[in-house]
Amino acid sequence: MSAIAVLAALGGNTPSIPAPHIEYGRLSPMLVVFGAAVAGILVEAFVPRRHRYWTQVPLALAGLAGAFVAVVVLAAQGRAPHLELLAMESVAMDGPALFLQGVILLVAVVAVLTYAERRLEPKAGGLPADAFAAQGAATPGGEQERAAVRAGFTTTEVFPLTMFAVGGMLLFPAANDLLTMFVALEVFSLPLYLLCALARRRRLLSQEAAVKYFLLGSFASAFFLFGTALLYGYAGSVKLGDIADVVSGKAMSTPAQLSSTQSDVLLLTGLGLLAVGLLFKVAAVPFHAWTPDVYQGAPTPVTGFMAAATKVAAFGALLRLFYVAFPGLKLDWRPVMWGVAILTMVVGAVLAVTQQDVKRLLAYSSIAHAGFILTGVIALDRQGVSSVLFYLAAYSFVTLGAFAVVTLVRDSKGEATHLSSWAGLGRRSPLVAGVFALFLLAFAGIPLTSGFTGKFAVFQAAAAGGATPLVVVGVLSSAVAAFFYIRVIVLMFFSDPQPGGPTVAIPSAFTATAIGVGVLVTLGLGLLPQYFLELASKASLFAY
Amino acid sequence: MNSLIPLLVAAPLAGAALLLLGGRALDRFGHWLATALAALSFGFGLALFSDMLGREAEHRAVTKHLFSWVPVNGFQADVAFRLDQLSMTFVLLITGVGTLIHLYSVGYMAHDERRRRFFAYLNLFLAAMLLLVIADNYLLLYVGWEGVGLASYLLIGFWQHKPSAATAAKKAFVVNRVGDMGLSIAIMLMFAEFGSFAFTPVFDGAHEASEGKLTAIGLMLLLAACGKSAQVPLQSWLGDAMEGPTPVSALIHAATMVTAGVYLITRSSAIFNLAPDARTAVVVVGAVTLLFGAVVGCAKDDIKKALAGSTMSQIGYMVLAAGLGPIGYAFAIMHLVTHGFFKAGLFLGAGSVMHGMNDEVNMRHYGGLWRHMKVTFVTFGLGYLAIIGFPGLSGFFSKDRIIEAAFAKGGTEGWILGLCALVGAAVTAFYMTRVMVLTFFGEKRWQPDESGELPHPHESPRTMTIPMVLLSFGSVFAGGLFAFHDSFLTWLEPVTGHSEGDSPLSSWTVTGLTTACMLAGVGLAYLMYWRSPVPVVPPVGSPLTRAARRDLLQDDINHAVLVRPGSALTATLVWFDSRGLDGFVNGLAATIGGLSGRLRRIQNGFVRSYALSMFGGTLVLVASTLLMRSV
Repeated sequence: MSAIAVLAALGGNTPSIPAPHIEYGRLSPMLVVFGAAVAGILVEAFVPRRHRYWTQVPLALAGLAGAFVAVVVLAAQGRAPHLELLAMESVAMDGPALFLQGVILLVAVVAVLTYAERRLEPKAGGLPADAFAAQGAATPGGEQERAAVRAGFTTTEVFPLTMFAVGGMLLFPAANDLLTMFVALEVFSLPLYLLCALARRRRLLSQEAAVKYFLLGSFASAFFLFGTALLYGYAGSVKLGDIADVVSGKAMSTPAQLSSTQSDVLLLTGLGLLAVGLLFKVAAVPFHAWTPDVYQGAPTPVTGFMAAATKVAAFGALLRLFYVAFPGLKLDWRPVMWGVAILTMVVGAVLAVTQQDVKRLLAYSSIAHAGFILTGVIALDRQGVSSVLFYLAAYSFVTLGAFAVVTLVRDSKGEATHLSSWAGLGRRSPLVAGVFALFLLAFAGIPLTSGFTGKFAVFQAAAAGGATPLVVVGVLSSAVAAFFYIRVIVLMFFSDPQPGGPTVAIPSAFTATAIGVGVLVTLGLGLLPQYFLELASKASLFAY
Repeated sequence: MNSLIPLLVAAPLAGAALLLLGGRALDRFGHWLATALAALSFGFGLALFSDMLGREAEHRAVTKHLFSWVPVNGFQADVAFRLDQLSMTFVLLITGVGTLIHLYSVGYMAHDERRRRFFAYLNLFLAAMLLLVIADNYLLLYVGWEGVGLASYLLIGFWQHKPSAATAAKKAFVVNRVGDMGLSIAIMLMFAEFGSFAFTPVFDGAHEASEGKLTAIGLMLLLAACGKSAQVPLQSWLGDAMEGPTPVSALIHAATMVTAGVYLITRSSAIFNLAPDARTAVVVVGAVTLLFGAVVGCAKDDIKKALAGSTMSQIGYMVLAAGLGPIGYAFAIMHLVTHGFFKAGLFLGAGSVMHGMNDEVNMRHYGGLWRHMKVTFVTFGLGYLAIIGFPGLSGFFSKDRIIEAAFAKGGTEGWILGLCALVGAAVTAFYMTRVMVLTFFGEKRWQPDESGELPHPHESPRTMTIPMVLLSFGSVFAGGLFAFHDSFLTWLEPVTGHSEGDSPLSSWTVTGLTTACMLAGVGLAYLMYWRSPVPVVPPVGSPLTRAARRDLLQDDINHAVLVRPGSALTATLVWFDSRGLDGFVNGLAATIGGLSGRLRRIQNGFVRSYALSMFGGTLVLVASTLLMRSV
């Protein structure tokens, strides 16, 4: 008998904390991204300022590409869902998680390309400048800021910050217990708050947006955390699977629940508070108020990243919560989510009608789209999951592309986001206006674009799940939404250009690639959606 | 050998695609490329023809399935071709005459800067027309039908800078749409009745279908034929279509496309044979049109419009013959082929005259041209003799057989139709003699052009005269060849069937009467236009003449019956739309806009309000979740 066996036998008799078993290989996508983020911080610390940009951009892209390769390898292994529970069952690298991680990584690659654009802003201090503040800590309009601009400083910290956010977003839809989910939420939220404050132009607006986002985000996180606590009190565990077992009666609940009057108040309140935390992140009504202000104030590349990737990650978590932890409570949460979905679609679409700023318009459009996606979530079957996955993939690239186009239309004060200055853009720059029109048509869900396929998929899933009234509201909201998308197209192509209006800047290959990818994905998922629909369908099974 | 069948269509189609997409690089030799591809298609046709002749009469029809076009359960549309004696006749006519007219156009369009595009359209027309005649089902036939309509539209309006040409193209297109609706409805009826629109199942199924249904299908097919073949009441576009370049008038609006209606009726003989009422409608249309066109042809001073009236009238003969049923099908096609030769020749001759006379079209400004354009004169003259039915020439044999068949219909009907056809023959001789005399004989009535110079008529270049000479051989000999031992009838009989009918008059009597009528017409024209001077400015004329000059008031009637009520209906609908529907829609939009404006105020920018709204939202959400449980 060897010494190890003796130790093992002894360990079996004495209570001890089991050493966590971590499957590093299976978790590699997140580890690679976090590793690249830490390396980025080290670059900021040790690499001379003038080399940082050319170090950070390849580093970030390489980290994202490596993580994407890892995701593809893991997905190709195709393991049974119950084997996907990793790191003491706190992380589930199952089909939906891998699909959404792949989408988030591709979105992040495109977003990093738009971050890296340095040809649109005029040179500062003889050096190329990007969309971010010269020095984040400098007071707007102060002497320190002027000195930083003169010196040609740039905030290359945005790259590691983004990488941390991406890492958190990768973990968020894969988190299989509530605490991991909360940690992931904070890990990706905090860098985003910072990134929002870093616009080079209109810095006060940018900082105001960041503070609003931070305050309201903290408020929402508090709800989420409180919900976690209540559920722990109810089920005695924060693991989603354990909670589901208690709800379905397969496992005993805690003394606290037994001592209460069997009324499930803890459970239902906890569920509601968790939902609020997540609905805040997807910008569902009535937790949407931050969206227009933050989208408008944040640097446009960050807005694009945030609008696309946050939505993907947050819907991933929302799906997991409802599909893994609370399928047994569907009679309770479904009607409420119906209400939220209807409210989100209607308010988003109606409020967008009177917007005059293109970034705010896109913000309200993103609210309406959150409502459309919610109709797929509510279906509560595999078709619902796959339709939501597909919609998220389609929507995020359209969004990124649209915001990337917004960065190109500029006047002397920077980006010209007021809609009136977009009048007649189609005459001056038919290509840029044509691409933007394509994205708008995709938002509106016109056939042959990805938006149509996605919208069709979620509405079909919702109707098959018995939510026909929801589909009716969805279609009516789409009609209202089509109005304001088409209005922009009409404005661009059928109005006379204003004298002294904005010009379209010629971007470098970075933004051009980002927009090109957006166009390709939009047309690809619209013309040949079958492969991706099947992929989403294959990936639609949660580990449980 | 059968694999050549798709190439018939593919060659000119490839030419059209190359010329349209090829760009300026093809400007220098594109017209020769198009001509070569038309000739190639003709070569394929000849090869298939010799192959077909090598087989027994019963086994001559072949089919070729290329691919499944719309394979849907219960709705099978194939791209499949059927080449039998009927379609072979058309293939040879279309590619043969088509190649000659391509060659002619090389000279005629030499100075046009958009020549490449013109030849692309001509090739496109050939491809569509060939598809029309070799399709093995009505749906594919419809593709060709629409294709020739498109090519016709593009070519009529080829000189689009002239408002008259653009308007004429639009008119042709719109009027043809009416006919096309007929064809599409006929195809739908067939599908509803037979579950298919391929020829074999439809023709085989016709025996079991009720006569009412067959009559409906037949009438819809007749409507289609009226549109494409310019028969009353859809005849109004053909005269205006002469705005197109003359080779187009020769190929599309005389020799081939306008005969598509006759093809359609003959092809659908299985349906018409079982629907006597539909056949009666066909003969009425044919008889009316043959007189209508002839009268119009008498009054026109524009040489091309006179010929257009004549085309209408001659197609009227063909439709009349086709409506007679098995007595007439073969003769309809026979007249169609001979007419293809001599009418194409006449149009090319007219084009040659215009070419020499600074594009003058008014015959009152011609005269005495025979001295100056000998080749044109001779070939035009032979075409003239052929069309009036001068004994021995093509038109004599084919027209005579139709008149005989009309009498052979029997009964009162037979007498009426036969007399109409006889009168038509007399009028034909009159107006064609008028054209001939006004153009080539008499004194010179040439008028100076805008720059004040008199025209210098001259013979056209070789590329133009060679096709005219070749076509005149057809005008002279084709009829005799076809009539010799009834060779054409024997050739076509396996497809169309034939029966002799019961004529009250002997064959020789009819021939004698026809010749007498023809001589009377020629004589009258001789007296009016040769023996008496021709005024340069047309006299006022009788009410009938004035009406005929206005195409027997066809446009006025269309305007009064269709256009004005149509405009009134549109105006009513617009009123309803703007007052009723728009009011509703705008009201809805205003409501949403107002709502949006109100809701915006909630978005006040204060983070405390946002937090409050979140808190309120959370309360409502949690409360309603709890409420759901208690309900």
